[in-house]
Amino acid sequence: MKVKLIARISMALLTARLRQTIVAASGVTFSITMFISLLSFMGGLNDLLDNLILNRTPHVRLYNEVLPTRIQPIAGSTYYSGAYHFVRHVKPKNQLLEIRNSDAIIKALKKDPNVRGVAPKNMVPIFYNIGAIYLTGVINGIDVDAENKLFTFQDYVVEGKSSDLKNIPNSIILGIGAARKMLVQIGDNIQITTSSGERFPLKVVGFYQSGIEEADKVQSYTTLSTSQKILGKPVSYVTDIQIKLFDILMAPLLAKRYNSVFGAEAIDIQTANAQFNTGSSVRTLISYAVGITLLIVAGFGIYNILNMMIYEKMDSIAILKATGFSGRDVNAIFITIALTIGLVGGALGLIFGFGLSALIGEIPFNSSSLPTVKTYPINYNPKFYLIGAVFSIITTYLAGYFPSRKASRIDPVDIIRGK
Amino acid sequence: MEHKVIESIGISKSFHDPITVKVLSEISFSIQAGEFVSIVGKSGCGKSTLLYILSTMDSNYEGKLYLDGMNMENKVDRERARVRNEKIGFVFQFHYLLNEFNNLQNVMLPGLKLGKFAADKVEHDAYEKLKILGIEDAALKYPNQLSGGQKQRVAIARALINEPLIIMGDEPTGNLDKKNSDNVFNIFKELAEEYHQSLLIVTHDMDFAANTQRTITMEDGKIISHG
Ligand SMILES: Nc1ncnc2c1ncn2[C@@H]1O[C@H](COP(=O)(O)OP(=O)(O)O)[C@@H](O)[C@H]1O
Ligand SMILES: [Mg+2]
Repeated sequence: MKVKLIARISMALLTARLRQTIVAASGVTFSITMFISLLSFMGGLNDLLDNLILNRTPHVRLYNEVLPTRIQPIAGSTYYSGAYHFVRHVKPKNQLLEIRNSDAIIKALKKDPNVRGVAPKNMVPIFYNIGAIYLTGVINGIDVDAENKLFTFQDYVVEGKSSDLKNIPNSIILGIGAARKMLVQIGDNIQITTSSGERFPLKVVGFYQSGIEEADKVQSYTTLSTSQKILGKPVSYVTDIQIKLFDILMAPLLAKRYNSVFGAEAIDIQTANAQFNTGSSVRTLISYAVGITLLIVAGFGIYNILNMMIYEKMDSIAILKATGFSGRDVNAIFITIALTIGLVGGALGLIFGFGLSALIGEIPFNSSSLPTVKTYPINYNPKFYLIGAVFSIITTYLAGYFPSRKASRIDPVDIIRGK
Repeated sequence: MEHKVIESIGISKSFHDPITVKVLSEISFSIQAGEFVSIVGKSGCGKSTLLYILSTMDSNYEGKLYLDGMNMENKVDRERARVRNEKIGFVFQFHYLLNEFNNLQNVMLPGLKLGKFAADKVEHDAYEKLKILGIEDAALKYPNQLSGGQKQRVAIARALINEPLIIMGDEPTGNLDKKNSDNVFNIFKELAEEYHQSLLIVTHDMDFAANTQRTITMEDGKIISHG
C-alpha cells in the first residue's frame, strides 16, 4: 500500500520531467553498454592471448635441467665440514636431459586422479640445413594423439594433417617461419643436423603455425619414435613429460609433489607464464577502471537531474510534508526516482551491451598469426552483466542518496512562508 | 461534553537571524470541538508563525501544545507527520496543489498516505468531498486548468479527506476576489454548522472574522482578546 503510493508519486514526478529523465537514463544506458562491450571484448581478447600460450602449455612439465651435481665430493669430507667449499669440479654428466624411468612415471601419472592427460615429448635441438647455412631449430618428438587431445595440435597445423606424422615414416611438420626460409613445399625432403653432427633426412608433411612468430621460426614436430631415431636413443628416451590437470590451480602444489616423487624438475604453468597472467589482469583492470569511470560520470548525471528536480519540486515536497508525508517518505520518493532511472537505464544498457558485443563479435578479424580466429573474440561472461547490473544500481543509489536526503530535510514552513 | 481539540499553554518563539526577535510570547488558548474560530491581527504580528506551530510543521518553540489531548513535545518528524496527516487539514493562501496529479488524486493523496482505507474507498470519499464543495466536475482535470477559487475548493476538499480533528487555514481567502471568498467562507460555515467541523482560520478580512463563532485578536506576538 505505502510502497505503491511512494511509487505512484515517484512516477508522477518522473513523467513530469520526462525529457531530463530520459537523458539521465541514457547516461546510465550508455555507460553500461560500454562497460559490457568493453569487458566482453577485453575478456575475449584476454582469452585469445592466454589461450595462445595456455592451450599450448602443459599445466605441469617434468624435465631434467643440465645442472651440476648438487652435492660435490668435498661436501662428503668430515674434515672440511665447517668450511666454505669452493672446490667444485664435478661437471654435469652427459645424458642428464633424459627423464629416467619415464615409462613408470607416465604410468603412475595416468593413474593420478588429478591428471587429465599426459603427453611425453622429446625436445631435440637441431640445425635445419638450407643449402650451405645451418639454421638453429628444435624438433619436438610428440605423441600425436595425446598432443591432439591435450593441446589441440591439429588446430595449429595450417597445411597438411597431423595424422600424416604417424602414417608416413621419418616425416616432419615444419614451423611455418622455418618452412618459408627453407622454401619448401609439402612432400619435399629436408635435411637436419643433430647437435652431435649427424645428418638426417625428413619428409615435410605439413606446416605448423602457433601464432607466436619466434616459435614458428624454430619449432617443428615429428613423432616420438622419429625423434628417438634422430638421436639414436632407445624407445624409453623422453626429455619432457607434459601434464594437463583437471584443475589448473592445483599445478603449483602438484609440481612440487611430482618433483619430490619422480626426482625430475617440475615446473607449473603459473610459474612458467607469470608474465601472461600479469598482462591479462592489467588489461582486465583497465577495462574495469574505464567502465566504472563511465558509470560514475553517469552517476553525476543522475545526481544533477535529481538536484534539479528537487529544486523545481520544492513546493510539491512542502505540500506533501504539510499533508502528512514524513521526511522518510520524501526520501523514499527520490530514492525511487533515482533507482528507477538506474534500473531502466541499466537494463537497457545490459541489452545494448549484449547487442554491441555480439556486433563486435561479427566483425572479421583475420590475422596470419592467429589461424583459428576469424572474427573479433568476445567473452560473454555472465559475470560482466552481473557486475554491470550491481554497479548501475549502486551508483544510482549513491547519486540519489544526497539529493534525496536534502529533499527529506526541506522545511515546509520555509517554502510555504514563501521565502 | 467539553473536548479541547487544541490547547496551547505558554507558547513562545523567537527567531535568531540575524538578531533575536521574539515573535510569539506566552500564547495560551484552547479550541473546543466543533468551534469555528478566526485569528486576526496586523500583518507581521505572528499569526502564520503560530499556525505553523499548531499544525506541528514547526517544532522549534517553547511551551506546550496538546492536540486532541496529546502532548506534542518530543515527537519525532515521522510522528508529527502522522498527526498532521490524521488530525489536521491545512488550507493555504496559495492553494498548493500538486500539478502532477489531477484534482481527484490531489484530494486522495493524504487519504492514501493515511492508509486506513483501500484505494477505491479513498477515491469514493475524495469524490464525495469534491461534491460537498460543488467541484466534482473538475475531478479529472488538473489543478492548472482551474481558477483560483476552484483550486481553493479542491484544497479544502483535500483538507477534509481524512475527516480531520481540525481544519486550519492561513488566509485561505486572501488571494480570492469578493465573490470567491464569500463562497469559501460559506463552505467553512456550512462545515461548521452541518458537520460540526472544528476550524481555526487566520484572516485579514474583518467581515469574515465577524461571522465566525469566536475571534482571537493578536498584536505583537501576544493574544489581546480571546473573543
Ligand atoms: N524565518 C524568519 N526569520 C526571521 N524572522 C521571521 C521569519 N519568519 C517570520 N519572521 C518574522 O516573524 C514575524 C511574524 O511573522 P508572521 O507569523 O508571518 O506574521 P503574520 O502571519 O501575522 O503576518 C514577522 O515580523 C516576520 O518578519
Ligand atoms: Mg501570515
